[in-house]
Amino acid sequence: MKLPQSALLERASFDTLLDALRRRGFKVVGPVIQDEAIVYDTVTASADLPVGWTDEQDGGHYRLKRRKDEALFGYAVGPHSWKKYLHPANLKLWDATRDAGAALRFEEGDTEKPPKLAFLGVRSCELRAIAIQDKVFMGSAFTDEHYRKRRERIFTIAVNCGTAGGTCFCVSMKTGPKVTGDVAFDLALTELLEESGHYFLITAGSEAGAEILKELPTRPATPEDLATADAVVDRTAQNMGREMPAEGLPKVLLENLEHPRWDDVAERCLSCANCTMACPTCFCTTVEDTTDLTGDHAERWRRWDSCFTLDFTYMHGGSVQQSARSRYRQWMTHKLATWHEQFGSSGCVGCGRCITWCPVGIDLTEEAAAICTVENSNTATNISEPASRDPSP
Amino acid sequence: MSASLPNTMPGLPAAPLVPEPWQVAARREETADTFTLTLQPTGEAEPMRFQPGQFNMLYAFGTGESAISISGDPSEGSSGLIHTVRRVGYVTSALARLSPGDMVGVRGPFGSAWPMEDARGRDLIFMAGGIGLAPLRPAIYHALNHRADYGRIIILTGARTPEDALYLAEQETWREQDGVEGHLTVDRAETPWTHNVGVVTTLVPKACFDPANAVAMICGPEIMMRYSAMELRKSGLTDNRIYVTMERNMKCAVAFCGHCQLGPEFICKDGPVYRFDRIRFWFSQREF
Ligand SMILES: Cc1cc2nc3c(=O)[nH]c(=O)nc-3n(C[C@H](O)[C@H](O)[C@H](O)COP(=O)(O)OP(=O)(O)OC[C@H]3O[C@@H](n4cnc5c(N)ncnc54)[C@H](O)[C@@H]3O)c2cc1C
Ligand code: SF4
Ligand code: SF4
Repeated sequence: MKLPQSALLERASFDTLLDALRRRGFKVVGPVIQDEAIVYDTVTASADLPVGWTDEQDGGHYRLKRRKDEALFGYAVGPHSWKKYLHPANLKLWDATRDAGAALRFEEGDTEKPPKLAFLGVRSCELRAIAIQDKVFMGSAFTDEHYRKRRERIFTIAVNCGTAGGTCFCVSMKTGPKVTGDVAFDLALTELLEESGHYFLITAGSEAGAEILKELPTRPATPEDLATADAVVDRTAQNMGREMPAEGLPKVLLENLEHPRWDDVAERCLSCANCTMACPTCFCTTVEDTTDLTGDHAERWRRWDSCFTLDFTYMHGGSVQQSARSRYRQWMTHKLATWHEQFGSSGCVGCGRCITWCPVGIDLTEEAAAICTVENSNTATNISEPASRDPSP
Repeated sequence: MSASLPNTMPGLPAAPLVPEPWQVAARREETADTFTLTLQPTGEAEPMRFQPGQFNMLYAFGTGESAISISGDPSEGSSGLIHTVRRVGYVTSALARLSPGDMVGVRGPFGSAWPMEDARGRDLIFMAGGIGLAPLRPAIYHALNHRADYGRIIILTGARTPEDALYLAEQETWREQDGVEGHLTVDRAETPWTHNVGVVTTLVPKACFDPANAVAMICGPEIMMRYSAMELRKSGLTDNRIYVTMERNMKCAVAFCGHCQLGPEFICKDGPVYRFDRIRFWFSQREF
């Protein structure tokens, strides 16, 4: 098969895409407005999308605003991420029953077949976030079957961003705003709001995507159309809300574990864990064991957890990470430094959620930049790699 | 992650998050707060194969799970799956209430192993603080079972008081074997005590080994392991011949839950046994 294939779909025909997905048994989920924010939920028709809306985002600030047009995807990412579908916030791991003869039986939980979901409107940074969680849950010695069975059944319709959010920095993370072929997707859309009309350039990224594309009432895309679409994402790339210091960041962070900035951020951070809940790559969980009133039936549930809680590092005698300083430092050094060693990439895709949804507006790009400032830090140039980090004899 | 480092997980459990029911076959009091459980599989289940240093997640019905190292003999055909547990809190107290016939849930084995292969042909130095002797015991059994594969065997153990010393009678039988040198110490002794008094690091100069051809395996509180490694270095051992075992909060034991991270390490998967040079940087960072 020749990939990528591209074609143009009129706005007026957009619902044919939803129909094609439904015919194949997919339930479509995507952006909808709820409680004054754009979140992910069931989409039955294009009218369910936040048509003509955009969002204003800044540190600790999020507000919906009307656009001057009727764009379907004219906003950045909101407080939800797709991880809620692939890595549910609450999941029953097992049931245990104690019989009369004291025999103990375990039964695996979450055994149902998950629904076939079509993710509509996945941004480039979000595709990268999914690829990162793929590594966490399917890339090491153990595979999380709960994740895998959901992941296998999704169909992704990506969207090239036409608007940069106020807290976005995918350009510095090299994770967007354009959907590129090195990360998996089925279809990618670019929304074009031209004088000549409102339409979408659709590109297939997989066989399954190409199949659907063939069924839609499209017209061929000309080289000019492709150039127009490229110009849309180029403009977005020029308008990033934030920037992350890129050069040697992991090294600088690990060489500055006692930097005064950690104390500074600790005074502002509330340890509320919002950042970790909103982050599309954060994966940590805890478990909750319960018993019923008879005492003969127990359950274990897995729930999203956060390294900002004191309990997270609890060991008999006390928590390892007692101070807010150590917990913020754990989070940031994990995201931006040690993640590279664990999974071969940064743990941050530059989506900006942690900045927007932090109640006190702590901005990790600003914190990283502060730690990189030469006055206070051991910069990458004047300190060599500590010998102890070399694993070879 | 270098291939020469221990990170072996033989016989990965098929559904690693769901425990298997095992039955308590025997229970033995070791010290006032420490006991040993021998478990046997139920139904058709096979005995568990494991490597010295690996651990299981033990589930006390209705209470919760704890990571507990396997403290028994790793050789095939040895009877029962053995864990030595110190009662410190909620789950370990529930485990402490178990008696023969009771059931527990077991997930495992997980984690990396003591370097029994890499240590072949060398002198072995085992250093344990307190309950730390339990995770080392399978390695000691292995060395004694394969006596010809190793040089001198040095066993240095420390406890708070004589009453807290673990496997005292068994330590005696080890010391009686050819080519085994053992020293015990306690922090303080109020009852008659014929061994040493002082911290376990003071035993290192007493031991006779070839520092150019020795491997040390240390298990105990982090501070004890740090000082032990320092003492061994003074004797001429290099950090790539010293192994330690790490402990952090663990919920899943398969690197999904994130709790056991220490810098880039998932202690459940990359550890708990580490070659010291790999973990040294993180070892000295406060609050990590
Ligand atoms: C790899 C590994 C091997 C271990 N081997 C042994 C062993 O052989 N024998 C033994 O007695 N103990 C061992 N421990 C320590 C043992 O896991 C804890 O003592 C136990 O979890 C305490 O649980 P609790 O509910 O009784 O304590 P509480 O203080 O009530 O703890 C509540 C919860 O905190 C966590 N927690 C508390 N202390 C620890 C700890 N030290 N390590 C990890 N999580 C902790 C657990 O999730 C526990 O359920 C090991 C720990 C690890 C990580
Ligand atoms: S760390 Fe912040 S910006 Fe980076 S991926 Fe997570 S939420 Fe997005
Ligand atoms: S950085 Fe902000 S969102 Fe994250 S825990 Fe601290 S206060 Fe909460």
